[in-house]
Amino acid sequence: MIKLQQITKTYTLGKRELQVLKGIDLSVEQGELVAIMGPSGSGKTTLLNIIGCLDRPTSGSYHLDGKEVSSLSSAELAAIRAKKVGFVFQTFNLLPRLSALANVELGLKYAGIDDRDLAVEALRRVGLADRANHRPTELSGGEQQRVAIARALVKRPPVILADEPTGNLDSKSGEEILSLLTELHQEQGITLVMITHDPDVARRCQRIIRLKDGLVVSEERT
Amino acid sequence: MKRQQPAQIKGLKKWLDPVYSAWTSIATHKLRSSLTILGIVIGIAAVIALMSIGRGAQAQILSRIQGLGADLLGIRPGMTMAGGIRGGFGSASTLTLEDAEAIKEQVPYIAALAPTFSSYQQLVAGNQNMNAQVIGTAPEYMFLYNLEIADGDFFTDYDYQRGSRVAVLGANVKQTLFGDEPPVGQQMRIGGNIVRVVGVLKAKGAVWASPDDAVIIPLTAMQQMVTQPRTSRGERVVTSIALKVTDQNQIEFVTQQITDLLRSRHRLAPGADNDFNITSVQSTVEALKEATGTMTLFLSAVAAISLLVGGIGVMNIMLVSVLERTREIGILKALGARERDIWGQFLTESAFLTLTGGIIGVVVGCGVSVLLSRFKVMTTLLSADIIVLAVVVSLGVGLFFGFYPAWNASRLDPIEALRYE
Repeated sequence: MIKLQQITKTYTLGKRELQVLKGIDLSVEQGELVAIMGPSGSGKTTLLNIIGCLDRPTSGSYHLDGKEVSSLSSAELAAIRAKKVGFVFQTFNLLPRLSALANVELGLKYAGIDDRDLAVEALRRVGLADRANHRPTELSGGEQQRVAIARALVKRPPVILADEPTGNLDSKSGEEILSLLTELHQEQGITLVMITHDPDVARRCQRIIRLKDGLVVSEERT
Repeated sequence: MKRQQPAQIKGLKKWLDPVYSAWTSIATHKLRSSLTILGIVIGIAAVIALMSIGRGAQAQILSRIQGLGADLLGIRPGMTMAGGIRGGFGSASTLTLEDAEAIKEQVPYIAALAPTFSSYQQLVAGNQNMNAQVIGTAPEYMFLYNLEIADGDFFTDYDYQRGSRVAVLGANVKQTLFGDEPPVGQQMRIGGNIVRVVGVLKAKGAVWASPDDAVIIPLTAMQQMVTQPRTSRGERVVTSIALKVTDQNQIEFVTQQITDLLRSRHRLAPGADNDFNITSVQSTVEALKEATGTMTLFLSAVAAISLLVGGIGVMNIMLVSVLERTREIGILKALGARERDIWGQFLTESAFLTLTGGIIGVVVGCGVSVLLSRFKVMTTLLSADIIVLAVVVSLGVGLFFGFYPAWNASRLDPIEALRYE
């Protein structure tokens, strides 16, 4: 599903060049549940952004779902994000002025699907059917993250990418979110790549990839 | 359980969706949006009110002039040229009574014709006196200028043949000399000559060529009272010749015929300038239309400046809005929004703002225009084209001033936008 070969990413900050990724080789099979761990600054988020087609690698090749995407235009990358990738962020990133349902519908909008029932169904699946008309500010952190998960999965993308999805939650809500994600993974055969600091979270994944200074330092199957 | 939507509703939804999402983000900042809209409201209302004032003034002036009749032609002598100094139109003594007779006999399509010779004279009646224009002319004059009689009669053909010393007074002259007394049958003096008043004209109130301030007498009587200059060939000079054509469409033909006739009568060499000047009411109307059109344009330009300021306000707010919603833009991009989706959304928003302002502005502008007219402050004229133009312009302002902010928004890097606090 995901195949990275010798991916590098260099940012230019003023006159200084900062190489964040220094040649990553990584494959993720369809339906796999993978955790990415590593200290801050190790390049985890940059790697996730490249996998999610939000960013282009400086060099290397990247096949997503059998298609080379490292050199696509920004419009083509947007189309891939719209159809194939669902993001779950640490800070939820819901639009505050829209209702929970409208936020979930946004996930459909750019995929070109016009079906409110799918959004209602996705909200039901994450257990928030009765909160459809609440705004994010009227929801708890755990509930907001559920809405975000519903938004990511409503268009049935093959890949869901989560960047510390439990990082801003208390341990109880975090546990609930994690259970939800792993359930969805099993239920729908989604490929799920998740960044986490929490070893307990990582242990519930099938594989743990550790990054340090822009390189994969270890891979371990749980 | 899935609802099947008909194709039309889907199509409609596709259009309404961006409008709805523009509405939600505008409604989030009610005060800010209202103030932005207010700027456009003022601009559009000003455009409508001022254009309607300009159009109103134009219509008023034109209707007064057209009251004189579009089938009227006036012939006046040309300019004098003495030692390189040119006098005004009518200053030369080239037009004669004999010219008028020749035109009447030889040119077709003439319904009526009246030569006039006028000069300023002292008028005396009882213990009142005044200086006024005395017009010596033919009885047809009344028909030519659509004059109406308030009291008595106009002088007749018989008076004209005999050179009777009779006078018809303009409304203002009557008021000055006779006050509220009935003047018909009374005697008065023009210069040193005694004449009898036979009629009084209704006030016309026209600003242009008004007979209200004149006295009209038979040209033949005028010739006895005032020395009428003669040309070198012995013809009697007139100040002007007025004539009415039977068919408005023949005005150009008649003008050409008269020109040819007068040129040959005045023995002008080919290539020499005309020593007379033919004007039609129609040509005056054209000239005035142009002048008032310029005034309307000027008023609109003043209003357009306030619209421009409103537009800059919209741009300012949209730039702030883009900055504030940087994170939102990042989220939408992560969800797969293309640049043109973002661009379209912000452009819809600014167009929504200005169109709303435009529509309110149309209502306010029309209201102001109607009130000005109702309370007789000014004559205003509203027409559909002004309103359509205003709405289109307001939409255009939104698209124009929203373009740069929207383009800025669409170009944001999703990763940086997501990181933006």
